[in-house]
Amino acid sequence: MRACARAKTGTEDTARARIQVLTPSSADSGGFELALCRQCGDPKCVTVCPAGALAKDRTSGVIAWDGSKCVDCLLCTVGCTYAGIALDAATGRVAKCDRCSGQPACVLACPTTALRMVGAARIYNEVGDWEDLFAPGLGGCQGCNTELLMRHTLRRVGPDTVLATPPGCVPGMGSVGYNGLTGTKVPVFHPLLTNTAAMLTGIKRQFKRTGREVTALAIAGDGGASDVGFQSLSGAAERGEQILFMVVDNEGYMNTGMQRSSCTPYGAWTSTTPVGRESKGKTQDAKNLPLLMVNHRCAYVATASTAFMEDLYAKLDMAIVASKSGFAYLHVYSPCTTGWRFPTEKNMEVARKAVETNFVMLWEYTPAQGLRFTRPVDGPLPVGEYLKSMGRFRHLSAEQVQHIQAKVQENRAFVERIAVSAAG
Amino acid sequence: MQETRYLVVGSSHAALEAVTAIRAQDPEGSLTLVTRDCHFPYSPTVLPYVVSGRSAPECVFLQGEDFFATQRIAYHPGRALAQLQPQHNTAQLADGSELRYEKLLLATGAAPAIPPIPGIDTVAFHVLRTLDDALRLKAAVAAARHAVVLGGGLVGMHAAENLVSVGAQVTVVEMQDHVLGGYFDHRAAGFIERAFAKQGARIRTGCRVIHLAPSEKGATIGLEGGEHLEADLLLVATGVKPDLEYLAGSGVATAQGICVDDAMRTNIGNIWAAGDCAQARDFFGDRTIMNAILPDAAEQGRIAGMAMAGDPGRKDYGGGVPLNTYRFFGRHAISVGTGAVPAGGEERLRIDEATGRYLRAIFKNGRLLGIFGVGEFFDGGIMWQLILRRVDLTGNIERLVANPLATGREFMSRLWS
Repeated sequence: MRACARAKTGTEDTARARIQVLTPSSADSGGFELALCRQCGDPKCVTVCPAGALAKDRTSGVIAWDGSKCVDCLLCTVGCTYAGIALDAATGRVAKCDRCSGQPACVLACPTTALRMVGAARIYNEVGDWEDLFAPGLGGCQGCNTELLMRHTLRRVGPDTVLATPPGCVPGMGSVGYNGLTGTKVPVFHPLLTNTAAMLTGIKRQFKRTGREVTALAIAGDGGASDVGFQSLSGAAERGEQILFMVVDNEGYMNTGMQRSSCTPYGAWTSTTPVGRESKGKTQDAKNLPLLMVNHRCAYVATASTAFMEDLYAKLDMAIVASKSGFAYLHVYSPCTTGWRFPTEKNMEVARKAVETNFVMLWEYTPAQGLRFTRPVDGPLPVGEYLKSMGRFRHLSAEQVQHIQAKVQENRAFVERIAVSAAG
Repeated sequence: MQETRYLVVGSSHAALEAVTAIRAQDPEGSLTLVTRDCHFPYSPTVLPYVVSGRSAPECVFLQGEDFFATQRIAYHPGRALAQLQPQHNTAQLADGSELRYEKLLLATGAAPAIPPIPGIDTVAFHVLRTLDDALRLKAAVAAARHAVVLGGGLVGMHAAENLVSVGAQVTVVEMQDHVLGGYFDHRAAGFIERAFAKQGARIRTGCRVIHLAPSEKGATIGLEGGEHLEADLLLVATGVKPDLEYLAGSGVATAQGICVDDAMRTNIGNIWAAGDCAQARDFFGDRTIMNAILPDAAEQGRIAGMAMAGDPGRKDYGGGVPLNTYRFFGRHAISVGTGAVPAGGEERLRIDEATGRYLRAIFKNGRLLGIFGVGEFFDGGIMWQLILRRVDLTGNIERLVANPLATGREFMSRLWS
């Protein structure tokens, strides 16, 4: 707040800062409260301004205030429900965050990275101009993030693509289509769980032979990739086939009734690791498939999350380039509203918590650069914060939670060692 | 005959919000906007600032040619709606042309209500509702020496302040016992009235004009009780009411305004109404009200537009809440909600005469019904939501009254941020 006040008013008066962090006044509120302009997509302050002094810049997304047009009527403060524009008593005029032209003083001053500048909206604006290559109306469960992932991925990869979607949620949602029509505007096929990477190898090679440049793209589930499909995946990676292999990891066979896979984490309820008097969920830890792929020395390996779209897009761009010369592997965590048992509106929150607790780590690997964290979480939340956000872990005993917490730390230390040795 | 899928009549906040909402859902359907006004869209709310010179008249437009071109809206200024034939889905314009529509929005706003004072038709007076009115008034203000303003509402008080600032002798005549009765109680209005008195303006409240006659200077204003005022500038600012002559014989149901449901739809299935011409549900009761304020016009326009385009994201109108902001001589006053204390309700009052700060809030069953400040800034938008959401403030009322800014923000951050 002080940094904002300095930058915007040249004073130390934090009451005049355009970002207001409120320390909680009552014990039960917990955490901090924040008043700041949201730069709304549908800004009410703009619609209620009688003087045309507020306008949203379609390029930067910033809602700009024109002091020469403003008549100081304060109606915008009634229009905004977030206290994003308020009276600066010292000037008698309204003031709001203008994001300091993309370099916010508050973000630069924040020592804990609690404040960050996120430009994910830019991605959505840009993506809106690309062609959606899936048919409208994919039939996913309510709140599933896989449709978002599929549409974004295929839009980015573009129309010169052959898509393989082995049995799982992705074809279940309609990628391979219904009634003799495909669900995509690019060639799509439905390999077996076991031979996705092998079939895609043949197709890519045939196109190469005819001199046509296409992206061979697989969007597979964790079951198809880490269990029975692993031998063909491993083989293709070892041979360095020019394939972009995306795994949508929802930690189980969710479309067939939520059976466990080798990616299901320890302690999780699934229909084959039930919870009862004896059984308390899965008794083994999850296989770390992306690390196995690192050991294949693929051209590119990365983990990603739909809660961090900028990170995901950067990795998708890297993977597309890598797939022109070798095997590119992208592992995206996909919280499953139905199988993990959480409310349908909480998908992004669950995905975010997975990262914030280090249950999931976001990193990328290339043979030249080694492994590096793209979004290191140095002060992670206790893993319980993540576990309690969904029903499949509800039964966990304190010992089981402890086991998972220890595993998170061990995994983190393990990946860190690889990252450090890469840096060294 | 010209045909259009959507016909929007009017060009201020409700109409502009409606066309934006229609285009968000239906980028292709033919959309026509006709308006009586000859200028690009502007807000009546900005007009007092045009009079004062604060706003340059060429800078007040909310949208221009670009907007209509990029949104593919056929824009027809200077064409008033003359008559409606809902049975044929046609609208006749004043220039004799006819338009056939599939869906129609009436956002024709309101016009000054001229009180039936004997002699009013014999004197020259100003009103302030259109940009042309504002330009005429601006020219007259500069030359005014003795001005009389009929009506102590927002328009009248703004104009009075403008007149004071050019050095004119100003008298505001208000029928009610205090000014700005729509938004403030007598104690809050007292602060405002005293500020005007300090600047040399006379505020005559609880006072009726019974006669008007032309005089050498301009007009003679005869007050109840026998007193006479002389004015070289007379402004009639006694409120607004919609001008609905075009609906005669159309079958569209009206009361004080055009009656609409919570989707802003009239009794005719393909006709909607929004803004100052619409009479919609009151948030605080079962009746319907004319809530002629800018934020409500925008809200109603958006709802109507979404309903017309079949937008599945449309939510029903929450009911009208009176609210406004007012600046006088650099000070500010904010009004959100109802000032009436209902049975079982409670009133909290905090007045500091020395600093001129005033805060009044009305609660019932722990819910906020209204909050009013003079010289006491709070986020009106947050208070509006606290009222609309009927947030239970039990146990926090003292804190809210003591520090409405911080307490309101805390609730916002916790409940809907």
